[in-house]
Amino acid sequence: MRQDLAIIADWVRPGSRVLDLACGDGELMHHLQQHKQVTGYGLEIDADKITDCIRRGVDVIEQDLNRGLGNFADNSYDTVIMTQALQVLRRQDLALDEMLRVGQEAIVTFPNFAHWRCRFYLTFKGRLPVSKTLPYQWYDTPNIHLITFKDFEVLLREKGLKVLDRAVGDLAYEGHWKARVWPNLFGEVAIYRIGR
Amino acid sequence: MTAAAGDVFPPTDSVGLVQPQTFTFDQPLPLASGNRLENWQLMVETYGELNADASNAVLICHALSGNHHAAGYHDPEDRKPGWWDSYIGPGKPIDTRHFFVVALNNLGGCHGSTGPSSINPATGQPYGPDFPVMTVEDWVDSQALLADRLGIQQWAAVVGGSLGGMQVLEWSLRHPQRLRHAVVIASTPRLSAQNIAFNEVARQAIMSDPDFREGRYQQAGVIPRHGLGLARMIGHITYLSEHSMGEKFGRDLRSDKLNYGFDVEFQVESYLRYQGETFSESFDANTYLLMTKALDYFDPAARYGGDLPRAVSEAQCSFLVVSFTTDWRFSPRRSEELVNALTAARKRVSYARIKSPHGHDAFLIPDQRYEAVFTAYMQRVAAESHAEGAVS
Repeated sequence: MRQDLAIIADWVRPGSRVLDLACGDGELMHHLQQHKQVTGYGLEIDADKITDCIRRGVDVIEQDLNRGLGNFADNSYDTVIMTQALQVLRRQDLALDEMLRVGQEAIVTFPNFAHWRCRFYLTFKGRLPVSKTLPYQWYDTPNIHLITFKDFEVLLREKGLKVLDRAVGDLAYEGHWKARVWPNLFGEVAIYRIGR
Repeated sequence: MTAAAGDVFPPTDSVGLVQPQTFTFDQPLPLASGNRLENWQLMVETYGELNADASNAVLICHALSGNHHAAGYHDPEDRKPGWWDSYIGPGKPIDTRHFFVVALNNLGGCHGSTGPSSINPATGQPYGPDFPVMTVEDWVDSQALLADRLGIQQWAAVVGGSLGGMQVLEWSLRHPQRLRHAVVIASTPRLSAQNIAFNEVARQAIMSDPDFREGRYQQAGVIPRHGLGLARMIGHITYLSEHSMGEKFGRDLRSDKLNYGFDVEFQVESYLRYQGETFSESFDANTYLLMTKALDYFDPAARYGGDLPRAVSEAQCSFLVVSFTTDWRFSPRRSEELVNALTAARKRVSYARIKSPHGHDAFLIPDQRYEAVFTAYMQRVAAESHAEGAVS
């Protein structure tokens, strides 16, 4: 079990209704079903990952998140989750609105573009950072909107949304003291639990 | 796949030679129309073995022109296997090493089950137009009685494409305790006005054929060949996509020049005429009328004022819904209507929209991703039915 998924599982109430956006091969939903008795669906567009979900018994719906969640009613889920997919969407602000329209709470994870290694890369190499969390070249990256923790929190503030929980860490999600003191500089990845 | 000379027969992934069986029922079947069938029979094929606790049974529901011959061969000389042979057999998505598969010809059909061409015991003559109009609900009820006869209390899965998918959906609502999984492929929770319009043109084509004789063509020793062929041509256009027709025929001509006349000139015309002609030799016109009516009438949401989520709230089973991108007869949107109703009603459902160039017919045609999704789901069904077997 990936560490980020373990943290998320901790934040999800047992027996709750969950929608997992860009659920991948269904690892998180499967874990939540097994250990938290949640119900709900994963949404995914990748053909092979959809098959993986079906194989492991995760209910998955083929749906492009860029077209919104219009087919899901207001307040119909306790928690709407999106791991490592926020940065590939066209309009993240609208995606957040949608997540918190459909869910009471949202949980999102994304890589921090203001991590010191990224800053170092750009400052001294003069090139867009390529790293473990952001392994793509500028021309082939699916990450069309890169995010820093600070940018994200500014957006939440502007929207009047509340940060209910935040975990910042390195790739293994081990929170170092530096990441606690200067998260935007030393945190590589973050998980936010957000409420209205 | 054909059993061509020289190949090993039967192919290793085939259920092989199969023999249809007739099941006769004496208990009257009340119908949605208010009529009832007193004595009736179903033509049935089964593949695989029913396990000791009857937990591995899968029902196959057929579409408009389908029948009980879903897989395998009746004769080593058969040119083609059953209509869904690509998906039923050892190692195929509906794996006959795990499942006991039941396929039948629906009532009102023309392949051995009681239908318009059967003899009406009241008159000693073929029913013809007097055969009652059947609905999807009626079919499901008759299938439930067949399940009783076979000793199947609960299906591991009920599976079907197109009109077959409608029967699957109806099963989940009408007999919610009697199935664990519903696989609804290239289907819709109700026809659109456009769908009904195409059906009406097909019916008019049949009924306006002078040989139709108000449906009593059998007694007159004729068949409304022309009308039935025309109905099939219209239907066939809606089964293919613009793209697949373009790929297959383009604007190809049968000869190398235009004739400036109204005979067959383009390849697509020739193909459609051939489809119409062969169909009119093997299918019954009254059955075709009846099947299109069953399609038109199906609308489970109508019982709940058009509220599909409320209608599907009756269901207890898990669903797999599959659509195909170029299907314009029952487009992905129609499947998504059903999926949205199921998620709103908090039912277990998975949905895949398969990219295919083949239009509505895609549900019958081999396709890698479709097979992968279908196989993954059916393996889940099989794993559960084995677990069921273990507890009892």
